[in-house]
Amino acid sequence: MEFNKTYIGRVLCTIKSLLTGLKTTLKEFFTRKVTEQYPENRKTQKISDRHRAMLYMPLDENGNNKCIACGLCANNCPNGTITIKTKMVTDEETGKSKKVLDEYIYDLGCCMYCQICVNVCPKDAIAFNNHFENAVFDRKKLIIKLNK
Amino acid sequence: MLDFNTITTAIDQYLHSIMPAQAAIVTECILVALCAVLAYVAFAIVMIFMERKVCAAFQCRLGPMRVGPWGLLQVFADVFKMLIKEIISIDRSDKVLYNLAPYLVVMSSVLTFSCLPFADGLQVLDFNIGVFFIMAASSFGVLGILLAGWSSNNKYSMIGAVRSGAQMISYELSIGLCILVIVVLSGTMQISELVEAQRDGWFIFKGHIPAFIAFIIYLIAGNAETNRAPFDLPEAESELTAGFHTEYSGMHFGFFYVAEFMNLFIVAGIASTLFFGGWAPLHIAGFDMFNDIMNYIPGSIWFLGKTFFVIWLLMWVRWTFPRMRIDQVVSLEWKYLLPIGLVNLLIMTICVVMGWTF
Repeated sequence: MEFNKTYIGRVLCTIKSLLTGLKTTLKEFFTRKVTEQYPENRKTQKISDRHRAMLYMPLDENGNNKCIACGLCANNCPNGTITIKTKMVTDEETGKSKKVLDEYIYDLGCCMYCQICVNVCPKDAIAFNNHFENAVFDRKKLIIKLNK
Repeated sequence: MLDFNTITTAIDQYLHSIMPAQAAIVTECILVALCAVLAYVAFAIVMIFMERKVCAAFQCRLGPMRVGPWGLLQVFADVFKMLIKEIISIDRSDKVLYNLAPYLVVMSSVLTFSCLPFADGLQVLDFNIGVFFIMAASSFGVLGILLAGWSSNNKYSMIGAVRSGAQMISYELSIGLCILVIVVLSGTMQISELVEAQRDGWFIFKGHIPAFIAFIIYLIAGNAETNRAPFDLPEAESELTAGFHTEYSGMHFGFFYVAEFMNLFIVAGIASTLFFGGWAPLHIAGFDMFNDIMNYIPGSIWFLGKTFFVIWLLMWVRWTFPRMRIDQVVSLEWKYLLPIGLVNLLIMTICVVMGWTF
């Protein structure tokens, strides 16, 4: 019979496996604790870059957003969070009229942070940032105009 | 070293000088009971706080941090909440037994608690069959648990209580055998003499291998006695809601809760008395300087330090292993711990007879 099938062998095997478990938890006992004490650690806390807290429009070096007002984000949004208002602008050099973005309105209260709008955007004109402290006392304040 | 006998003798003489002998004895009994119960509650509060912090550390958390600095006042808040809660009486329960059960549990653990030697002379009950008395007093706590389960008129409580009965009665045997190993080694059952015999070396060193095996078996069986994980079948939150104390609320639940924690303290206290020398300081034969320095540390600190170390060991085990099934619990006791304990007792007897101890 194999040794670890005998009575003594089983006892020793059990002790060995129990000690493995004890070693694991002992290591855990002395590691740095992961608890974040939120309001106190505001200065030092690090929110993951991938965290989706709020939609914003990244600007280029000239201070313009990259939105071409194609409306893909608004059409793809499952909750109807995004409303795009456009206007026609005539180009002075060529004389052609062109549809440009007038107001990009984002309703934070409706958003479910699925990130579909960001994924469908052909120009990467919108993105999520990690500013998560968004609580307000009035629902109207959740409706935000993203372009400046 | 500070000897508490001088203080107690002084109080005794003072009381006898101002009142007749009978009244003095009654007064002393009341004073001692008051001190014992107060110490009991104080240790319970320390234990609950320690449990929460140690558990948190094993799970890589910080534990309570909000109420008071480092959450120190959290336990007081919990106790206060428990005190102001209503004690609900259950429909068609056995009222007398239902109300009696928590007191039986607490009584057994206070009785056992008063046998612990906190320091030289700081011990309530000390007589020639002390260890035997501890066994007897601690084993009627199971009666309270069985009554609680039976009288609650609830299936969860009943199953919990029956499991608890099966478990505690089984594991009492192993505890008894481990204590017997030490009694064989020391030749006495009186707690003060047990501690006295360990002044020149703790029993875990004197008894070497058999004492160490006895210590391990004692820890396992003690964990089972206190109904803590991995032996928490009587409570088993996921299966039985709260086991035998499902129907209890307010301070009646509080009694079970406190008694559970204090049983842990008692198990650890007895372990430190039997194996680590109670309040006896660490002495290494030959190193007189070292021994003198160790003598300066008061006995109560030695006792509490050792006890809290053993408590920490038990908590470590608790927060590491998952709960066992009832058949595993019973087979661990009857197929493994009991035979090993018996063989261990035989080894210790041979060691003592042949003089192979230190």
